[in-house]
Amino acid sequence: MQQFAALLRKDNQPVRYLVVDDSVFARKNIIKMIEMFGGEVAGEAGDGLTAIAEFNRTKPDIVLMDITMPQMEGIEAVERIVRQHPDARIVMVSSVGYQENILAALQKGAKHFVQKPVKPEVLYEILRYVLSDDPNAAGAPVAFAGEHRA
Amino acid sequence: MRMELIQPFINAADAVFAESLQSPTKILDLSMDENTYRRKGVAALIAIKGDIEGRVILDLSPEVAMKVASHLAGEAVPSSDQVVRETVCELANMVIGNSVTLLNDQGFRFKVFPPEIHMNEEGLSGSADTEAMVIAIETPCGQAYLNISMHYLHRRRNERDSAAMSVD
Repeated sequence: MQQFAALLRKDNQPVRYLVVDDSVFARKNIIKMIEMFGGEVAGEAGDGLTAIAEFNRTKPDIVLMDITMPQMEGIEAVERIVRQHPDARIVMVSSVGYQENILAALQKGAKHFVQKPVKPEVLYEILRYVLSDDPNAAGAPVAFAGEHRA
Repeated sequence: MRMELIQPFINAADAVFAESLQSPTKILDLSMDENTYRRKGVAALIAIKGDIEGRVILDLSPEVAMKVASHLAGEAVPSSDQVVRETVCELANMVIGNSVTLLNDQGFRFKVFPPEIHMNEEGLSGSADTEAMVIAIETPCGQAYLNISMHYLHRRRNERDSAAMSVD
């Protein structure tokens, strides 16, 4: 298994993630990667409406958001979250990577886009990039995943 | 049937299985089918309508679906119809998402409908005038089958192009 240097906040705490996807297996797959990166799962949601409620409840450092979901789609959820929390850091994770889909998500306030199936090394680099402009999080890795809690 | 419409789906299926299971896959067999499709396991059917039209079926046995589910989850998953259904749906969404992204970026416009899951004993009919290509893929979890029936709808594309020209 690949090893990744842990992505930590500036206060040396694990980065907290909200994982949003209507497929429980897609969520588990992403969570497996988050753990490889030394992160912590703040919450999970299976649709856009629940994602908004979970964001307000958990105040995560990063949201990983699917696009096609029941009740409320990811792009609308991004718009609503960013309207209330302009500093929210949301990365879209979707099978469908049309240019128009990506542009719509970025226009509504998403920071980046990653296409499924997600490659851990690609997600890692995107998270590093997104965290690098976060005043509360350290973009640079400081330890190998698992070592920082020792 | 035009290979340029089929190839993105084959490439996407190959890539999705290889990437999701972190192991190489192999295309075992390609064949043409003009009859009603008989499932081999649990099938997700996704319809596409627009400049190109047709349908794609991803078909896995429940045993293969359970192995994929456990791999995706990173732990053994208790077997159930719900898990099988959800796994086949997620794989079908990834295959379709990756292939339609390529076709969409080539300028084709179409709507992709949500996957319909078929677990009963009925066959899945195609339209009378289209043949399908069936592809068997060997994965580390077992065999998966892709059945693709796709064709251009020149009329809609021409109509759209002429409408765009008249706006210009």
